[in-house]
This record gives sequence, structure tokens and C-alpha cells, in this order.
Amino acid sequence: MPSSIPASGTADVTHTTQTVPGPKKNSALSDILSLLWRDKVALLSAFLLLIVLVCVVVGPWLMADKARALNLMARNAPPFSLEKGWMFVLGADALGRSLLARIIVASQNTMLIAASAVAISIVVGGLLGLIAGYKEGWISAVLLRLADAIMSFPSMLLAVIVLFVFDPGVTNVILVLAVSRIPIFLRTVRAEVLEIKERMFVTAARAMGARTDRILLQHIAPMVLPTLINLAALEMAFVMLVESGLSFLGIGIQPPEVTWGLMVADGRNYLGSAWWLSFWPGVAIMLVTMALNLLSNWLRIATDPVERWRLQTTVGKNV
Amino acid sequence: MSDTPLLEIRNLSIHFPSSRGTVHVVSDVSWSVRKGETLAILGESGSGKSVSTSAILDLIDAPPAVISQGEILYQGRDLLKTPKDERRKINGKNISMIFQDPLAALNPVYPIGWQIAETLRVHGVDRQTAHARVIDLLTRVGIDDPERRAKQYPHQFSGGQRQRIMIASAIALEPDLLIADEPTSALDVTVQAQVLALLKQLQAESGMGLVLITHDLSVVEKVADRVVVMQNGRIVETGDAAAIMAAPQHPYTRKLLDAMPGRHGFTPQLAVTSADRPLLEVEHVSRVYGVAPGKLKPGNTGGVRAVDDASFVLRSGETLGIVGESGSGKSTLARMLLGLEAPTSGTIRFDGHDLNGMSAAQTYTVRRRMQFVFQDPTASLNPRMTVGQIVSEPFAIHPDVLPRSEWRGRAIELLERVGLTADHIDRHPHQFSGGQRQRIAIARALALQPEVIVCDEAVSALDVSIQAQVIDLLKTLRRDFGLSYIFIAHDLALVRDFATSVIVMYRGQIVEQGLTTQIYTNPQHDYTKRLLAASGDHLSSAA
Amino acid sequence: MGGFIFKRSLQSVFSLIALIVLVFFLARLTGSPADLYLPQDASPEVRFQFNERLGFNDPLYVQFGRFLVGLLHFDMGESLQFSRPAVDVVLNAFPTTLMLAAITMPIVIILSVITGSLAAFRPGGVFDRLASFISLIGASTPNFWVAIVGVLVFAVTFRILPTSGTGTPLHWVLPVAVLTLRPTGVLVQVVRTSMITALSSAYVKTAKARGVGSRAIIFVHALRNGLLPVITVASDQAAGIVNGAVIVETVFGFPGIGKLMIDSVMLRDFAVIQAAVLVTALAVFIINILVDITYALVDPRIRYS
Repeated sequence: MPSSIPASGTADVTHTTQTVPGPKKNSALSDILSLLWRDKVALLSAFLLLIVLVCVVVGPWLMADKARALNLMARNAPPFSLEKGWMFVLGADALGRSLLARIIVASQNTMLIAASAVAISIVVGGLLGLIAGYKEGWISAVLLRLADAIMSFPSMLLAVIVLFVFDPGVTNVILVLAVSRIPIFLRTVRAEVLEIKERMFVTAARAMGARTDRILLQHIAPMVLPTLINLAALEMAFVMLVESGLSFLGIGIQPPEVTWGLMVADGRNYLGSAWWLSFWPGVAIMLVTMALNLLSNWLRIATDPVERWRLQTTVGKNV
Repeated sequence: MSDTPLLEIRNLSIHFPSSRGTVHVVSDVSWSVRKGETLAILGESGSGKSVSTSAILDLIDAPPAVISQGEILYQGRDLLKTPKDERRKINGKNISMIFQDPLAALNPVYPIGWQIAETLRVHGVDRQTAHARVIDLLTRVGIDDPERRAKQYPHQFSGGQRQRIMIASAIALEPDLLIADEPTSALDVTVQAQVLALLKQLQAESGMGLVLITHDLSVVEKVADRVVVMQNGRIVETGDAAAIMAAPQHPYTRKLLDAMPGRHGFTPQLAVTSADRPLLEVEHVSRVYGVAPGKLKPGNTGGVRAVDDASFVLRSGETLGIVGESGSGKSTLARMLLGLEAPTSGTIRFDGHDLNGMSAAQTYTVRRRMQFVFQDPTASLNPRMTVGQIVSEPFAIHPDVLPRSEWRGRAIELLERVGLTADHIDRHPHQFSGGQRQRIAIARALALQPEVIVCDEAVSALDVSIQAQVIDLLKTLRRDFGLSYIFIAHDLALVRDFATSVIVMYRGQIVEQGLTTQIYTNPQHDYTKRLLAASGDHLSSAA
Repeated sequence: MGGFIFKRSLQSVFSLIALIVLVFFLARLTGSPADLYLPQDASPEVRFQFNERLGFNDPLYVQFGRFLVGLLHFDMGESLQFSRPAVDVVLNAFPTTLMLAAITMPIVIILSVITGSLAAFRPGGVFDRLASFISLIGASTPNFWVAIVGVLVFAVTFRILPTSGTGTPLHWVLPVAVLTLRPTGVLVQVVRTSMITALSSAYVKTAKARGVGSRAIIFVHALRNGLLPVITVASDQAAGIVNGAVIVETVFGFPGIGKLMIDSVMLRDFAVIQAAVLVTALAVFIINILVDITYALVDPRIRYS
């Protein structure tokens, strides 16, 4: 989001940026990292997501035993007490299992479900969107109407029905979430393609005799990609919320599999006696969702070479 | 004209802080304007001409902008020391302003009558009186059927009408001073002349002062009493308009004037090769929207005829100018020549081959021989590609032309050929100025060693001095490579300066064609005459 | 304008039909109701008779045909769990959900338009940062979690609000608050962005040059243009509110259509699912048309094209 209104009459100023002096020989990666360093909010979000990523990759491997270990001494142990060791810093459940370990273990399912669902909707929605945008005609019309039909119907209800037809295993949850989000990617990509294909540089490529595949891959796809990445982060956050909602209602992931949403639901019965059982998994969902949102905001600006100066000038932070 | 200035700016300086240091947009600028006088502020983009006038109406956002010194004296009172509330009361009542793009400047969701009336109402006129005044004003600026049209929305008017509406709103309270920021730059040349005439007429009636911000020397020539020339935020020259136009003192002013096509008379442009070979033949070509290609029957009047029965021939070595205003069909014609659109009827032959009857593979080889340069260099270069990738893209599309290992070397050669350097090759387009970007586009057009380059408004988006440089480059290339051009433009002076022959288009039809000198000195069609008259007298004089 | 509305309605009708078909067949796939209602050891004859009586033995297209004919008479079959016409069951639950949405939506819109506009007036200012941060939290917090934390704090700990039911106005406070959260968080960001664009436009600059005051510039000139993208997003949020209602109704024991649907899926009550989905889809359909009309009213470029 532009963080400042351009001053009235500054149109004249921006034109004076002649050839920018000094070619930067940095690699693209270090360029991105130095940009990230300038925006502390985005940096913090990236850091948090990195921790979650580590948990997803090595968490179950390291913590699975601790998450399953019953410890009668620690039954319903309250949080913030270190006397039983740092594993119980967030408290323990009625069976004395460390909440921290369980959250770390559950991160894998939670994140993988969201990531897979988003990955499927990106690929399917992205390709369909590319087709619908570049080739107008009845295919495009049918795709759009279908997308409308899915979009105009509350996704939660669709998931509720579909998950009862097929049993609510991890795969089916992923598929349902993916299908319900495909229309978003389809619409976004189509709108972008419609706009980009009318741009002069695409016309220029056509006039040079470029074939459709070159135009799509060399000119249109790279322009759509940043939007897709940005949207993917947002959608990942949204899908996580929906998945945890489904699991909470008891129609998503089923025990013994565990996700953060399921943990909130489990803890609900102990609300009066052990509030932390529901509280911490919810905080985890919230923090990851926020981090994804913030990073997506930052990504949108950082991936656009024309917009990037906004980050480099750091006049106003984007929050 | 009285002696005390109506508005006087003294030593005004404005800067913007940025990470790369302070940007001085306006430095130590002083000028004044009297009642009944027309002052032109002339400058190219980045000269600070708009910012300095925006400060008068408190339209600069400060911060981030900083007005570091100076005074803006309106009838002796310093506006910069006046409270915001009182300045607001001056805006629109005593000093008013109109802008370049009237479509953007009018609020799209309110009727235009309401918007004019709003100006009156915020300055205390009651609703009934305001309505009557609106009708009156619309009549005065030449909008027909004002009662009905006042209820319509901006998108229902043409560009010229919108600017008239803006003017009506600006003169609603009979201000002492009207500031017009590039009021005619977005308009067609004949409409431009009408709007300028309207401004002069209103000025004569009311005796208001007029400050005209422009980059267009012909506008200065036509209406200004005095002129202030700005460059990089500073005033380089100021004085009587006629005197400066006749004998500019400062080198920059001189450069600007020299860049004006035909300033020192026109040299007749000749074909660069003697071979009288027809390269491109266009026969009875029409493009009708809403009718499928090949389905056009004689006498069919349905659909929108963007191009109507156009025929012409481009001979090798010739530069064919196509002139016309917006909606004349000249761009549609260009798109058909480049194969981006198919004609509804008629044939286009390139070197004897019918472009329509060709297989895809054949078109592919023919396309190489015909390249293009488009209007907006910012838009026609992919912002995510490096200059090297852009210039070698033709090689990527036509892989048999050059082995991959030689792309980079050839790209550098091409860049140097158009006046850029080898170290530009790894940069992105946004790191260049408009003129440099157009050079990149020209380098790309040259890559396949074409015989024809179609230039669609190729220099229209550039500043005058840059325009002249690019035209010079095109002329050099024409001579060195024996190129032919199709040069589409709305600027008649440019075409006269560059083209060997000319086509005049009006509402989709070619109304006149012939040798450049012949058309300009002895126009036959009514529309050509009007166009030439609106563009200035010097155009039609014999070389 | 008529043409525009007609075109949009036609598109919605297509969506509606697609949904009817989809939901009918999906619901039939949820498994046999005989498994659920009859004892495990029921003989095949008993099962057959049960299915025969309710028409579940006929081919799917016959069932679908019967379903369509019934639709025309507002007859969507009998609810298995309540032994009443399914339409009655749904229409009974509908007002609660409608009420929930009708209270929530205006709060969401008013709150986000005011907050977003004020944030856009000084981008990067203290209020803008605060509003952006809070709206981000609103959009990121899982609503079921807020619901139970709310119950914990206000009902269990402080005992100032009831935990569930619909008896008194106090019963509505928590559900509405929970339901408001996410849509508001999302809309504030949308309003802010579109208002920043509107406020930096040339017509706002012109209005300043004509001497129009700042209040009129924000609320007369910028807001009406800034609202256009907001209207589109607000209609998406209407479907989002139904999503939220499912969760909120479950947590707070609200006898609305969301809870009814979940209960019915669990009990394999085909008739009620169909009726509920149809009524909800119809409601969303009507909302979409209302949104289109609003859009056309606000933007003359659509009205006159």
C-alpha cells in the first residue's frame, strides 16, 4: 500500500530521475535481504515464519515423544511456570502433555494443509486464469461463471457438505480448501492477464512476430507472478483460518491427527479450569496469519522494480 | 494594464527531502503578472513550472514538500503567511486554476452542473442563483443545450467540452487571475486552438490576469504577452514574449526554439534511395468494428468504421507521414500494417506479397522486414527485462538470424548506434529518461535490419528538445540504412520536418495525400486547411 | 442501468442453478440415510422399504426431477429429523441468522468506512498506523477462538454476559462482536487504500483549487469514489458473514441456519440441507443484486452505459 500521498504537482519531479548512477552488482537475493532489513515489521514477520518453518520441518521429529509423553505431575500445569522445565512454559493438558511440544508438532499439519491447498489452487487457478484471460470465448465464460458460483456460496458450507460426503481426512480437507480458493486465483490471474496483454510491450512482442507461448511465458507470466506470490501469502493465511475453523467444528482434521484448530476445540471443554489449552494454539494461528499478511504487503512492493524505491527511501514505513 | 502586479512571486524555493538528498524543485523563482496580462511559464518536464504555481493555491502537500523561502504576494498580501482558511476562500474566487487532463480533473460521479455550482456555493452563492449562473456560464463557454447538459456526467462529454466545463467552473466567480496548467496539451490541435481562443476572449471581457503553464512554444507564440522560461527549477530567461521568440538570449531558450520543427524553415525531405520500388501497397483497406473480417458487404453501414477504404503506396526510401486527430483511424491503420489486426476488407501487400493470404510461416519472415516504434517508450518496454534482453528479443523470436553467443555483442552495437553506451545493457528501462527509452525502442526496431519502420506517435510523449534529438537520430538512420518510415503523428510541424509525403486522415478516411511540400503549401481539402490553420502560419509557408 | 442489472442477474441465476445441481448430487452422496435411522441389524427388506417409502430407490435423475417439481411448489421434502416440511424448518431458523447479519453488516460498514477514511487522510500518521495494526489483528484472529476467549472472559470470569442462547439483547452482544471482527479488519484496509487513491486524484486537487473545504473533499468528493471498490468487497464479505455465522451459531448455541445445516449434515437430513442451501443461496443472490444496484447508483458511468 502506498504509504504516502504523492505531493500535488510532483509529477514533474519524478521525471527528472535520469539514469540512476552506479550499477549495483549485488545478487538478487542479497538485494531482497537488504530491502527486508530496512523494513523492521516485515523482517519480524519473516523471522517468525522462519521459526515456524523450522518447527514444521524438524518439530515432529524432535518433539513427537515429548508431545505424547504423559506426565501425571504436570497435569493441567498452568503456563509461565518454569519449575517443571521449559517444556511446560505454556502449560500442560489434562494428561500432563507439554502444550509447547504439542503446538510445535501440530504446526506441521496446520502449515502443510494450508500450503498444499494454496499450492493446488495456485497451479490450477493460475493456469485456468491464464487461459481465461488470454483466450476470450466460451471457455473463459464458463470458467468465470463456475468461479462465480463457487465464490458466491459461503465456502464454509461447501466444505461442510463436501467433507461429509468424503471422509474428513487430511487429503480431502486439502482438496476442499483448494477448490474453494481456486476461483480467487482464477479471477485475479485473469484480470491481470487481461490488463497486461493490452500493454504496449506485449503488442510490441506480437508485432515482432512472437508466438503465444513466448508472450505468455516471457512477458505475461513474470508480470503476474508477483501478484500471485502476494496473493498466495494472503490466501495461506485465510486457508489456515478456514481449516482451523473446520477442525474446530469437528468436521475438519480428525484425531489422532492434530492441528492448531483442533487443539482450540479440544481445550474448549476445559475453558473454566485450564484456559491455556485453547488460548495458545489460537495465538499461534493469529501470529502466523498476521505475519503472512504483513509479509504479503511488503512483498507486493518489493517485487515491483518500479515501486521498490518506496522501500529504499523509507520516508514512511508500510504497516 | 495597471502598474501594480496582481500577483507577484518573490524568491520562491521549494524542495522535497528524499533518501538521496534534497530535491530542489523550485529555486529562487520570481515573477509577476498584471491585470489583463498573459504570462506564459515555459519549461519542459522537471522544470518546476507546475510546482511553483501549485504553491499559489496551497495545493502542495507540505510536508513532505518544504517551502524554504520566498513570498507569494496577491494584491500586496503574502499568501504564505495567510491562514489556510482564508487561502481557501481566495481559491476559486480570486484566483482559480484549470488543469491538463479535464477528465481526471472533473469528479466522475457528480453531474458537471453540480460541480460548477459547488464552486459558487462554497463561496456563499445560494442554490437558486448558482443554478442560473451555471446555465449562463455553460452558454458562455460554448456548451449547447446547457439546461440538459448540466445534468450530465463528465464521461458524457468530449475532451474539448470537458476543458470548456473546467473553464466555466474556473471563471464562475470572475476571478482576477486564472492559472492554466497545460490547458490544451491533452487536446487535438483544432480543439486546442478553440480553447485558447476562448481563454483569450474571456480575458478580454473580464480583464483577468492569465498565467499559462506550457511546454509548447507555439502556444506561447499565439497567446503570451510575457514569458518566463524555466529549467531545472530556475528561471533562465524572462521578458516580452515576442522579443524572446525573436531573439532568445539564454542558451537553453535558444535550444528550445531551435528544437521547434521548422523554426528555421523546412528543408524539403527527399526519398533516400532512387530505386522507385513500391514496398508497401495498401488497397481499399477498411476496418469496421462489430463486423467479422471478410464479411463486409458493399453498402453495409453497420458497425464503427475506424478505417474507411484507405489506399496508398509506400515506396522504398520514402518517409510517409500520416496525420490526423484522435479518432481519425491512423493508429488502427498502423495496427493493421503491423499485423496486429486484420482488415475487414481490402489488401495490404508488402514487397508484392499479400499479407492476408500468407501462411503463418511466411508472415513470420515478412514481419522481420517491417519493424515499429510506439508512442510511449515506458509502456512499450517490458519493465522486468534488462535493456540487453529487450534489444535482443527480436533475435530470440527469430532464432535463425543470429547465434545466441553473438546477441550481447550485437545489442551493444545497436545501443551505441542509437547514442547509448555498452554499460547501459544490464539496466532496467525505469532507470532511463523518456528520450533514452525511446532510443532503446529504436535499437530494438533496428535489430533485424528492417526495411520499413512504422513509427506510431514515436516522439509525441517526449519533451521538445528530446523530440528534436530523436528525429535527428531517425533521419541519420534513414540515410545510413536506406530506411523507409511510416510516420504517424498529430504534430503537423514534426511531419513537415521529417516526411517526404503525407496522408491526411479524418474520421477514418484519407482526405488528401501527396508530397509533403505540396500538401502543406497548397492544401486542397477543407479539413487539411483547418488543421494547418490551427497549427500556425509558419507551417504553410513555402520552404 | 436496466441492462446492466439484467445482465448481472442473469449471471447470478446461472450460479444459482449450478449450485442447486451441485448441492443435490453432493447431498445424495453423503451416504444412505437408512444407515443412520435404522438399527444396524435391520434386514435388507426393511432397508428397502424405508428407502422405497422416501423415494431413495429411484434413479438419481428421477429423484432430481421430483426435487425440481417440488421446488416450484416450495416443497422440498420432509425433514427426517423433525418430521416436518424442510422449508418450514429452514424458514424457522432463517430469521435468527438474518437478524445476526442485519445487525452485523451496518456495524461493519460504518466502522470500517469511518476508520478507513480517517486513516487515509494522513497516511503514515499515528491514527493510520494504529488503525492498520488493529484492523490487521481483526482480520487475522480466528473467530472461533475469539468466541471462546470472549466466553471465558465475559461469561465465565466476569459473569456479565450469558454464554449461549438468544433470550435477551445481552445474548447478542458477543456473537455480533465476534462476527464483526474479521469483515471489519478486511474492509478497513480496502477503504483506506481506495480513499488514498481517491484523495490523491486530480479531481480532489481541482476541488481544493476551487476552494472546497477539507470535510467536503473527504466526504463528498473522495468518499463516493472511494466507496466503489468497497461495495464490491462488501458483497464478498456478505458470504463471509454466513461463514462466520456457522461458527458463531455453533459456539453460542444460536438456532440459526448455520447450526441447522451442520446438524443436518451430521444427521443425513437431505431435505433440510437442500432447503437451507437454497435459501442461503437465494439470500446471497438477492444481496448481490442489491450490491449491483448500489454500484450503479453510486457510479454514473455504469448507469449510463
